[in-house]
Order: sequence, then structure tokens, then C-alpha cells
Amino acid sequence: MKSKKPATPYLFWMVLFTLVPFLMICYYAVTDNAGNLSLKPLSDVVFYREVYFNSFIVAVVSTAICLVLAYPLSYMLSRARKSSQRLGVMLLMLPMWMNFLLRIYGWMVLLQNNGPIDTALSLFGLDIPLIGNRGAVILGMVYEYLPFMVLPIYTVMGKIDGSLVEAASDLGANRLNVFKKVILPLSVPGIISGVTMVFVPSASTFLVAQYLGSPDDLMIGDVIEKIFISDFHTGSALSLVLMLVIVVFLIIMNKFGDEEALGV
Amino acid sequence: MAKGALISLRDIFVEFDGETILNSINLEIKNKEFVTLLGPSGCGKTTTLRIIAGFLEPNSGEVFFDGEKINGLPPHKRNVNTVFQKYALFPHLNVFENVAFGLHLKKLPKKEIEQKVKEMLAVVDMKGYEKRPVSKLSGGQQQRVAIARALVCDPAVLLLDEPLGALDLKLRKDMQIELKQIQQKTKKTFIYVTHDQEEALTMSDTVVVMNNGKIEQIGSPIDIYNEPDNAFVADFIGEANIINGTMLTDYRVKLLGTELECSDTGFEKNQPVDVVIRPEDVEILPPDDAPLKGKVTDVVFKGVHYEMQVKCKNCLWLIHSTKCSKKGETVGMYVTPDNIHIMKKLFKTANNEFETVVLACDEEANNITIDIEGKSIAVQGQCYPQGTQLKVVLPPSGIYIAGDGNGDLNETYIESVIYKGEYNEIIVESDEHKWLMQSYQDEQVATYVPICFDFTDATFEPIKGGEADEI
Repeated sequence: MKSKKPATPYLFWMVLFTLVPFLMICYYAVTDNAGNLSLKPLSDVVFYREVYFNSFIVAVVSTAICLVLAYPLSYMLSRARKSSQRLGVMLLMLPMWMNFLLRIYGWMVLLQNNGPIDTALSLFGLDIPLIGNRGAVILGMVYEYLPFMVLPIYTVMGKIDGSLVEAASDLGANRLNVFKKVILPLSVPGIISGVTMVFVPSASTFLVAQYLGSPDDLMIGDVIEKIFISDFHTGSALSLVLMLVIVVFLIIMNKFGDEEALGV
Repeated sequence: MAKGALISLRDIFVEFDGETILNSINLEIKNKEFVTLLGPSGCGKTTTLRIIAGFLEPNSGEVFFDGEKINGLPPHKRNVNTVFQKYALFPHLNVFENVAFGLHLKKLPKKEIEQKVKEMLAVVDMKGYEKRPVSKLSGGQQQRVAIARALVCDPAVLLLDEPLGALDLKLRKDMQIELKQIQQKTKKTFIYVTHDQEEALTMSDTVVVMNNGKIEQIGSPIDIYNEPDNAFVADFIGEANIINGTMLTDYRVKLLGTELECSDTGFEKNQPVDVVIRPEDVEILPPDDAPLKGKVTDVVFKGVHYEMQVKCKNCLWLIHSTKCSKKGETVGMYVTPDNIHIMKKLFKTANNEFETVVLACDEEANNITIDIEGKSIAVQGQCYPQGTQLKVVLPPSGIYIAGDGNGDLNETYIESVIYKGEYNEIIVESDEHKWLMQSYQDEQVATYVPICFDFTDATFEPIKGGEADEI
């Protein structure tokens, strides 16, 4: 199976739909309307630094919450009976069969003023704004991306040989030590890919903040979407910078992961 | 409990999903002994080991360690360490960290840990490998690290679960000797699980032969080889001719139509028995001077001896002899009485005996339908009224394995297969019965097969007082 021929259609696809658009973005980011070389779009990015920062915070918080929720869940799932495992994974995937927008609309209905949760809370005399704030955005993100955190961690944990756990306890490790010294270090690759799979889309996502967040607290994805309608050049520059930020983040993540995996 | 026993198992019973894995295991293991649990796969030897290690709680029965009951004690609190079948080295740690794992948990000072790990790596001949990642080691090296990791914790007992199974033959032989040396050097109790009889004989002080969740025999390698308790042990340990015989009186056994002198007593008159004769115990004599005669069908030179197949009345004998006989030659065979080992049959009767009831009767066609474990089975050439209680005696030849996979009883469990020189004598277990059958094919123990009944040679007898309907 060394032949590279089967990869040809994919290569074609990559060039046409990934490389070419990427180059176009690079081109737009450094030119002006007349097509002349210009640094204006890139220098305009500075005006949006607060949006970048906010997006980054929301993405980090969402990713962290996803990790905290997903890790114990994956752990339990990986140790459950095979039939329960299948059922668990199915339930986890089930919401993903629905359209992304529908799910967000679902949350809007649930969280809106005088919606079911709001009404229930007001019975207890609580009046908390449930929608139109950053909390709602993070809730939407966590809901949206939790499966992407669970699946890689669950897969890696499922592959941990049961005899390693037995070996550790045989050598004198109680349950806490088994977890700390065997399960946690061996599940790091799953955590890394889970974090990557949640952080990257949540940093660049749009719509969630538009529907659930406050109108003046948009995320960079939404801003790019809005700007692209009128101004390709600034939009491209914003995208390019976002991409760079994410790439830097990934490099740091992977470096950290390599060290952890070696037990240093 | 017996004095001097370090570990003792009492009436251990284990069940998974309604299947009995261990059935009343009683075992005493002395201090500093090298004990091997030997048996075919699925016999329960690994389960026994896991009970001692604490990975598994028996459904009933008691485990004692140095006089104290340790049921319910978790593995990390037991003074035993395990070498796992596939080593189970921690892939995220290097050799040093793997070996030091247990010591770190004991919170020993760093200097002492380094010292101990270094010493232990020297014992297993792995000096200088401290910094290597375990994934870069060969199978034999990983094995040594696994042994070092377990031994460095200074356990009273080391449990080894088929530790050499994944190694090639040469390395295996070397490791066998090394393991024995390590055991003698460290003066520890080793409990070793294997399905390799040679390994068991080479290394052990005591061998525990297991089959189908039961202990068949406990003894020194010499006892097990020379005085096997039953045909299963004889068949499993070394090579043996196992032949059906009849015990006439004390010291007299009849096999293949010939009366022979033997050294065994204590059987009933005319009791069917298994006769076990080791291939090296058969002497070749001129045909006229010997009680048994046979024709040589095959000769193979094996270096130390010739391996011969001799056919004596349809029964194929395996003989090891330093003298060469030619293929096709008729030879006489003699076995000294001491070397004829008489054993009780594994199956309590010579034929299958069971009771059943007639479900339907077709007088015109002269056949009946009887019930066996809820299945309706047709019997030709018999006629009893519906509802008659019958006692059926079915010879072993009346049961065969369904070649097409559709048997009268499906999913019967093969409990033992013993070659009787002419055919395999097989004991299978269905839901309610055990069945004795013959087969000319080799079958695998501990597998499931469908069986069919052929009642041509069976005898039927109505049970008196049975509630037969008058027709």
C-alpha cells in the first residue's frame, strides 16, 4: 500500500478548495481595492484586538469546561460494559444529527425571557438574565463541542490496557495513584486532541454569539462574517491573523503534549 | 490449616455468567516453593492466580496468606507481585521508572530506590538499560524488566502468568533456567502458570495439574510423570499410550485380549480401567517371547532413540526404543508390571446411561420420539407407548459430532479428549448430562460442538412404576 495514487483525488481537492482559497485570502489581506500592494488591511486588524481577546477568553473557558465535563464522562464510559458504551456514545452523538442552527434556536427558546427556564426561576423569585450574555455563549459552545472532547479522550482511554491498571495496583498503587500515575499520563494524547478539536472551532465560531450573546460582545468569527460582506480585504486580514493565532496555540499545545507523553 | 503453608486456598468456587470456572479448589503452597499451575487453556489456572493476586474475588471459598484470611483485601495491600502475561510495562515510563514504580509508592528515599533498582536490574541481567523506553526493548528484555519490577518490591510471593508465552523457543529455554536461578537466588515463593508441560517439569518443585476448573493432581514433577492419577494427567504430561483395559483381580489386568501382570490393587473385579504405558517403558522382544505382538508401521530416528508406531490389534502404540526395528516387521512387546499404570476411568460408566420419557409413538412406522434435555429425538425400531419412562444405555459409538453443524444437541462442551490408540475418547458436557463418545477426528478441548445420537446399538428398558398410559 505504498502507492500514492489513491491520494490523487484528495490532493486535487486540497489544492482546489484549501490551498487556492488560502492563497486568495493571503492576496486579499495584502492588497487594496485597486489591487495594489497595501498594508492597510493588516494594520486595521489592531482595531479588533479586543474582539480577538474576547473570543480567545470564551474559547479557553469553553474548552476548559468541556474538558472538566468530558474527562470523568469518558473515564466512566470507557470502563462501562460494551453495550452501555455503545449506548453512551450514541446518546452523545444524537444531538449532532440535528442541524447546528436548529440546536442554537433550541437554546434560544429555552433561555429566552419568559421562556421555560426563566419562568421556573421566577417562581423562586430569581431574576437572572439567561440570554444575551457571555455565559449563554459559553453554554452554547460547550453544548456544541462537548462530543468533540469526549470522543478522543474516550477512544484513548479505551485503548489503555486493563493489565496496566492491574499492574499498578499490584505494585501497591491505590485507586488514586492508579489514576494519577497510569491513567492520567496515558490519556494525555486524548486530552490534546480533544482540546485542539474544541478550541480551534470555538475560537473561530460564528452565529452562537449572535444568537445567544449580547449584540456588543461579538466573537471574531461573527465580525469576520459581517465585514466580509462589504470588505474582502479587512476580512481576509482578520482571518489570516486568527489563523496565525490558532497555529501558534497548536504548536504550544503539541510541544506541551510531547513532554507530558514522555513523562518528563 | 497445614503448618508451613504460606498460601492456602479453601474450597474456591468461581462462576461467570452461569459457567463454572473453578470448582472447589483446595491448594496449599509452602514457603520458598516453585509451584506451577499446569493445564490446557480454559482450565482455570490464570483465574486461580488472579484470586491469589486479589484481582478477582471467588464466589465462595477462602484465601489464606500466612495464616490470615485475605478475602476482600485489595491487590495493593497484598504482599504478592505479579508478572503479567504480556508484561504490562508502563509505556510512558522508561526501564528505570518502570522498575522503581512500586518503590516510589512505598515512599522510599531516592538514594535507596536507585540502589535497589540498580541491584535488581543486575539480577535480571539488564544493567545499563535504565534510560531506555520500554517500547524499544525486545520481548526477552521486556520480560526481564517485568520480573525486576515485581521482584524489587520484595514480595513474599511472585506470581507469573505464562510469562514466557510470547518468546521464541530458544529464548524460552534460556529464560526457564534463568527464572529457576532467580528463584533460588532470591529465595522467594514462585507461583507459575503455564500450559507447557515441559516448562512445568523443568522448573517446578511442585506441579498442580488442572483441568476444567478442578485440580487433577498435585505432586513433584517426578510423581506427576511416573505416577499420574488419571488418564488426563498421563495424556497431558509427556507422551503416553492410553488403552482401555479391564482389571480382572488385584495385580491382573486384561488389555487388547491379553492378560498382563501389573502392580496395582484396589479395583473392583472386572472394572473397566485406563491403562497408561509410557513409550520408553515398552521393551521390544522377539515376537514369540512376548505377551503382545504387533506390526511396525512407522519408524522415525530421533537422535537418542527410535520412535516407532506399532499396530497391535487395531491399536496403535507409540514406542521409544534404542534398537531399530524395520517397518513391516512383527515385534513382541513387553512391559514390566511396575510400568503398567492402572487408572480409574474419567467417565464413571462404560456406556452412556440416562433416563427419558417417550413423547410420541408411531406404531405403524415402529418408531418413537424421546426427550433429551427438552429436544425431541426420533428413535427408529423401537415401540413404547407415549409417556413410558425409559432407561437408555447408549454405547460411546452411538454419539458422533455433527459434521454439518446441526446436532441433536448443539453447543456441548468438550471436557476431555484422550487418544486411545485407535480413536479419541471424548467426554462432552451438555446442559444436564455428560456424554462419552468416540471420534476418529482430533477435537479441541474446551470448545463447543454439536452432537448427534444414533440409537441403533442402544438398549431400552421401561422403568417399572413409570406412569405409562395403557393404549
